[in-house]
Amino acid sequence: MIRTYGRFAAGLAALILSAASAGAEAIGDPERGEELFGMCSGCHEVGKGAENGIGPHLNGIFGRKAASVAEGFRYSDGLRRAGADGLVWHLDKLDAYLENPKALVSATRMSFDGLEDPQERADILAYLRRYSANPQNIPEADPTARPREVELAPEVLALVGDEEYGEYLSSECKICHQADGNDEGIPSITNWPEDDFVVAMHAYKRKLRPHPVMQMMAGRLSDEEIAALAAYFQSIE
Amino acid sequence: MTLNRRAFIGSGAAAAAMLSAPMLRAQGKPRVVVVGGGAGGATAARYLAKDSDGAIDVTLVEPTRAYYTCFFSNLYIGGFRELSSIGHSYGTLASEYGINVVHDWAVGIDRDAKTVTLAGGAVLPYDRLILSPGIDFVDDAVPGWSVAAQNKMPHAYKAGSQSELLKAQIEAMPEGGRFAMVAPPNPFRCPPGPYERISMVAHLLKEINPTAKILIADPKEKFSKQALFEEGWQKHYSGMIERIGPDFGGGNVSVDPDAMTLNIDGTVEKVDVCNVIPAQKAGRICDMAGITEGNWAPVVPATMQSRMDENIHVLGDATSQGDMPKSGFSANSQAKVAAMAVRGALTGSKVFPAKFSNTCWSLIDTDDGVKVGASYEATEEKISKVDGFISDTGEDAALRKATYEESIGWYAGITEDMFG
Repeated sequence: MIRTYGRFAAGLAALILSAASAGAEAIGDPERGEELFGMCSGCHEVGKGAENGIGPHLNGIFGRKAASVAEGFRYSDGLRRAGADGLVWHLDKLDAYLENPKALVSATRMSFDGLEDPQERADILAYLRRYSANPQNIPEADPTARPREVELAPEVLALVGDEEYGEYLSSECKICHQADGNDEGIPSITNWPEDDFVVAMHAYKRKLRPHPVMQMMAGRLSDEEIAALAAYFQSIE
Repeated sequence: MTLNRRAFIGSGAAAAAMLSAPMLRAQGKPRVVVVGGGAGGATAARYLAKDSDGAIDVTLVEPTRAYYTCFFSNLYIGGFRELSSIGHSYGTLASEYGINVVHDWAVGIDRDAKTVTLAGGAVLPYDRLILSPGIDFVDDAVPGWSVAAQNKMPHAYKAGSQSELLKAQIEAMPEGGRFAMVAPPNPFRCPPGPYERISMVAHLLKEINPTAKILIADPKEKFSKQALFEEGWQKHYSGMIERIGPDFGGGNVSVDPDAMTLNIDGTVEKVDVCNVIPAQKAGRICDMAGITEGNWAPVVPATMQSRMDENIHVLGDATSQGDMPKSGFSANSQAKVAAMAVRGALTGSKVFPAKFSNTCWSLIDTDDGVKVGASYEATEEKISKVDGFISDTGEDAALRKATYEESIGWYAGITEDMFG
């Protein structure tokens, strides 16, 4: 490991810099979104005491099944069908709906031509997100930021893992997987061959392996990070 | 005054001495004091000591010698764990990691002098201070209840003797008696906690007192894993549990601990056991340090530094950080980010980008476990949720059993991660 470290260090430093500056990205600017919401407020209310008007109120819209406001809003048949088919209002669906309502739900009654500018849509959605459940209180509530994109490179197995970075990353694994190899309830990941570890993590990342915790954990790791973890877990005693 | 050569030399020496004083201090071993030995504090102390290889002098201040984890204390109430199995000591942190473990209360913080004063009178200087004090209760949150009444109406929201007391009271309920819970408003420690507790109380009563009833007064419209709990209650404890939400006055509750009654929006209910979980705030030491805003201590997401004092890091339930629920898993995750930031600042070690995660498992009945989890990243404004998952309703028994077994593995993992 020490042998290869120097070669890898420069690349690693660059990676860390880019990762540190990227971070998660806010949905948009909620202040600007509040102003832009003016074009929606003729039909939709949102915030404390919001009620249904020409359109349904938008409190709790994130994570809500389409056409499901409990207080009996009369939806179009199109939106009701979409709800029955499983349309749930997450960020991507709301964004598509705002871009062109009829592209997502053909027979919707929402008479809105759509908003071309992705930033304006993002700002409106950031504003609306304030009035849906807070993940601090309801951990399963919808995300409040966009994850940073993680690229899957072709030469994954060729990457040289950095053990020190791997050790830091592994602190997240060790909340569940015990370093001493104890495997009661949760499998041991200590002393796996590096290649097997990398393959397994990429299978979680691509959701080929089924476990939701592991899919989430692996999904946010870059190729370099998976390589670093593999190197670390192979090395520990 | 004439300036002669001797005086000039003298004052020059004095000036040099003054200049060199802070240099000498900086060259000594940097000192970190950690207040609170739970999921945040114990983890931070252990990672600081372990990863700095003795380059940092770590002191952990925790009043109790035997620490009982709040997570899994509901399983003790349900009869799935012995109390002793959720108790931990600090012996390994002292003997194997060289942490100076001090069993005392921190009662004062001087941010200018950078010292912590203990109830026993000792004064601990620090270069960085980590506060992980957990929660305290908001005064008069439930009219009629105070900590003085916690023997009659236990909160059992700090584990240990309170958990034992609550379990004993449930076991002593008359046949067909009534258990009540006053649930807390947001935000509070362990969002699914009160509802897992209801499940565990129902499990225990179903075994020993099957005609008993459970009443919940709840100020919140919605709660975490609600569909999963309600499905499970219907399946395992049909007809036993009644929840009064805010629409029916569940947020307007007072209690009379002597009469063992609670008043829910004007209706007086006589009960046999009353578990009051009051509104919560950051552990009092945060107030004493002057780093709170409202009930909580706001922090910088990437480092967990207090927004009021860069030499203080705050962890876990006491913080206001954004999207992470107040949980032991969250505190443990935040502790590693803070430990890395503190090491970076004091010893110049590498600082990698902050990553946070959380998973909360809950047990509904025997081998019926569910979970919710998410990953988080630091944005400038807050710790933001970026991804997550939750168990589905209607999952098969094998999956639920595997989820429960996973939670047992997690308990073993996190407690080893905290206490070594």
